[in-house]
Amino acid sequence: MNLRDTLEISLKTVVSYRTRSILIVLAMALGVAAVVVLTALGDGARGYVVGKFSSIGTNLIIVLPGRAETAGGFPGALLAQTPRDLTLEDAHFLGQLPQVKRYAPLNVGVIELAAAGRLREVTVLGSTADLLPVRHMKLGQGSFLAHGSEYSAQIVLGSKIAQEFFPQGNVIGQRVRLGDRRFLVSGILAVQGESMGFNSDELVIIPIGHAQSLFNTSSLFRILIEARSRSDIVSAKESILDLMKRRHDGEEDVTVITQDAVLATFDRILRALTLGVAGIAAISLAVAGILVMNVMLVAVSQRTSEIGLLKAIGAPSSDVRRLFFAESLWLSLAGAVLGFVLGQFGSLMIRLVYPQLPAWPPVWASIAGVTIAILTGILASLLPASRAAKMNPVKALAGR
Amino acid sequence: MIRLTAIKRVFKMGDQDVFALNGVDLSINSGEYVSIMGPSGSGKTTLLNVLGLLDRPDSGRYELDGSDVTDLSETEQARVRRDKIGFVFQSFHLVPRLTAEENIGLPLILSGVPHSERQSRVNEALRGFDLVDRAQHRPAELSGGQRQRVAIARATILRPTALLADEPTGNLDHKIGAEVMNLLESLHHAGTTLILVTHDRELGARAHRHIAMRDGEIVADEK
Repeated sequence: MNLRDTLEISLKTVVSYRTRSILIVLAMALGVAAVVVLTALGDGARGYVVGKFSSIGTNLIIVLPGRAETAGGFPGALLAQTPRDLTLEDAHFLGQLPQVKRYAPLNVGVIELAAAGRLREVTVLGSTADLLPVRHMKLGQGSFLAHGSEYSAQIVLGSKIAQEFFPQGNVIGQRVRLGDRRFLVSGILAVQGESMGFNSDELVIIPIGHAQSLFNTSSLFRILIEARSRSDIVSAKESILDLMKRRHDGEEDVTVITQDAVLATFDRILRALTLGVAGIAAISLAVAGILVMNVMLVAVSQRTSEIGLLKAIGAPSSDVRRLFFAESLWLSLAGAVLGFVLGQFGSLMIRLVYPQLPAWPPVWASIAGVTIAILTGILASLLPASRAAKMNPVKALAGR
Repeated sequence: MIRLTAIKRVFKMGDQDVFALNGVDLSINSGEYVSIMGPSGSGKTTLLNVLGLLDRPDSGRYELDGSDVTDLSETEQARVRRDKIGFVFQSFHLVPRLTAEENIGLPLILSGVPHSERQSRVNEALRGFDLVDRAQHRPAELSGGQRQRVAIARATILRPTALLADEPTGNLDHKIGAEVMNLLESLHHAGTTLILVTHDRELGARAHRHIAMRDGEIVADEK
């Protein structure tokens, strides 16, 4: 019997046992769909977190004072001795490194903001014009801090602060008071919500010089640095450490965090998670495989006399084996295809319902799901097919 | 063309050996019409199975068309069955999912007859067995006589040298049974060797050579 006839006859058989075939195909399809959808969810979660991290800046390097002596924990917060401060001068020198595209020194404090007869405490960021691009912030109205204006009395308001103090709008150009100093509102940040611990809607940003004198300090909270490219990050980190060591009398007393490292860790964890759920889903495929085997075994015993007949009219065992083998191949193939479609559809639904979650099934998962389904079907057919092939024709004809 | 020499076939029943065939010697020439009769358990069906290469004797020698087929491999025996032997069973043994013409065409598929040629040969058989208007029916939609005609058409589509019929009218009423017998005999007239197993004396008497069996042995062989 040639391949085409084998496939044709087995397909006919599959189609004629409609209910049985539909149930098997569904079981297979659900297994494949589970693999596709669950990995889409896992990968979506990974994409979501990675996206969040990129939103705080790309190729970002953060320099903070103090040496993290222990692994883990938040560096700078766990220090036993007072580290040497980071200064604006340090920042300027770091900005001269060839791998550095731009940088923004940062100071943070809390102080009272007064304007239009209202008063509240706000978090103040002191920085420079480059904070906007380095930190991927967006401006809603007006302009950000001007370049080279470390002491000009400009202030940029978070969107919620602007809304609270000037509910009637028309904010640009208004005067506000921070502590004992007056500032002119030059811009308003776009609504961004909370990201990485800061709610940028409730911040105000002023030039770094004003911030330092307001808080009466010459040190910096941290320095944000944007490397020229992703490949520059590692060498930039080394150069920064090296430079700071030279500037700090040979003592390595700063900590450099690359966003890459944090990101890579999250990436690894979430990738493992995705693999984990894919594995769990694959178990359902194995269960479907056992179902296929079960049904095929029943089919073989139900069709005993038919197998006997095939042998009597001259079918060799190999033909009989191939017929049953092809039958389960059809079933698992149909299950795999239907499952793939269901999985893609399910992922699409997730993306429609949760647009912020990029739940695209990874290609490897779709391929793996379909392949495992087909392999399971093949494996599950081996025993029934060989049982059919080995039947004694005389007994089989008698239905025994 | 068929020569059996000292064929023995033993079945184990508990701890006892039962000789279904106990040293059978038999020659059947090409074109003969032979009936094999005997009570149940006399070994006639086992003899037919051995003749049809469905069952292997435990000892003895089987020559078919001049060549020894006793020790052929399973696959080779399957090929001999396909090309030289046609079976007609009491219970028809049609594949329930396939239509009449698909059932008839099965041996053509097994022997690798090209697609293009199959349909014309099946059509020829449908005409020959008066089944043209039943071609697309499944076995469940056919009468007993029609089913047996489909089975005979299937058994003869590859023009076997020998047709082995085991109680071919056993499931049919008298009138339809007679029709089926006429059909088989017309095939014999066309040159096919016909070997008929039955315990119906009247049916057996129609053959030209009568073999009687008892306890696994041939006790009479008359022309």
